[in-house]
Amino acid sequence: MAKFIKKSWSKIRLGIQILFLALTNGYVAGFLKGKIYQGPGKKICLPGLNCYSCPGALGSCPIGSLQAVLGSPKFDISFYVVGFFLFAGAVLGRVVCGFLCPFGLVQDLLYKIPFFKKRKNMPGHKVLVWLKYAVLLLMVIILPMFAVNAYGISDPWFCKYICPSGTLFGGIPLIAANEGLWQSLGGLFIWKFSVLLIILVWSLWVYRPFCKYLCPLGTVYGWFNPIALSRFRIKEEDCIHCKKCQNACPMDIPVYTKPNSTECIRCGKCVQTCPTECIRVALLPDTKLPDKVKEK
Amino acid sequence: MAKKKIHPLFWICLIAGLLCIAFGIYRDEVITIYQKAIYICMECIGLG
Repeated sequence: MAKFIKKSWSKIRLGIQILFLALTNGYVAGFLKGKIYQGPGKKICLPGLNCYSCPGALGSCPIGSLQAVLGSPKFDISFYVVGFFLFAGAVLGRVVCGFLCPFGLVQDLLYKIPFFKKRKNMPGHKVLVWLKYAVLLLMVIILPMFAVNAYGISDPWFCKYICPSGTLFGGIPLIAANEGLWQSLGGLFIWKFSVLLIILVWSLWVYRPFCKYLCPLGTVYGWFNPIALSRFRIKEEDCIHCKKCQNACPMDIPVYTKPNSTECIRCGKCVQTCPTECIRVALLPDTKLPDKVKEK
Repeated sequence: MAKKKIHPLFWICLIAGLLCIAFGIYRDEVITIYQKAIYICMECIGLG
C-alpha cells in the first residue's frame, strides 16, 4: 500500500485537486443559467483562490472577502478573515496551494502540455519571489484600506486589476452565458483578459509562475509552513545530500536544508523521490518501506 | 531529544484563529462578506 501511494502520488494529488474543485465549485445550475450561487455557503471562506463570482462557487474567496471587509466603511480590519488565515494556515499551510487551489490546478495542468522548453523559475527568481509580498501589501491591504471614495468604500484592487482566477472562473463563464453583460465589456476586461492570457501562456513555460511571483494568498499561507501540521522534517542521519529532492522540487527548493520553506507548496515530489526516505511529514509516525520492497 | 511533532505555535495560531473568527462573526463581518459574495462582483470579472 505504501509503495502504491509513493508510486502513484502525483496521480493521487491530481485526483484530490480535481475532486476539491468539483466540491467547491460544483454549483452546476450557475454555469447553466449564467448566475451565481446565493446560498449560505457564501458566508464561508474557501481556502484557495476561489472567486465568489464563479457561477459554480459555493463559498467565498478569502482574498476577496478580506478586501470586501477592508473596503467597507464599517470596518478597518477583518477579524473573520484573519482568523480564517490563522486557522487554515496553522492546519494546512501551503497544502492549500498544492492540493486545494483551483488556479494552482490550472497551472499544473498547463505545465504538463509539451509546449515551450520548460523551466522551473524565471531569471531573477530570488528577487521576483518578493513581488508577491508587494502585491499582498499594496493591492490587498493598503489600497482597499485607504484608497476610498467619498462614501468610504474602496475597490477590491487585487480582484479588479490582477486576479486571473476571477477572470477565468468568473468573468469568462458569466459573460459567455449572459448576453446582457457583453455591453459592459471595456478597457478593464481587456486588461484583465490580457493579464490572464499572459499568466496562462507563462504557465506553459514556467512552473506555477502566479504562485511563485504574484499570489497574495500563497504568500500568507507560506508563513505558516514552518509551524503547520503539514510541516516536514528531515531525518538527518539518513540524508546523503544527493540533492535529488531539490532536482525533483518544482519550486526548486533545497528541501534537505529548507524542508519548511515558505515557497513550498507541499506537492510531495521530494518525499516521493528521496532515495533514503529521510523527508517526513513531522506529524506522521516514522515508517520505512521494508527492504524487500525497496529492492524491487 | 526528539523534536516535537506539533509545533507549539500551531496551538497559538489555531486558538487565536478560532477566537478571531468568532469575534468577526460577532461583529457581523460575515454579513458584509455575504452581501458582497451573493451578487456578481463586476470588478472581479473585469466589467468594472
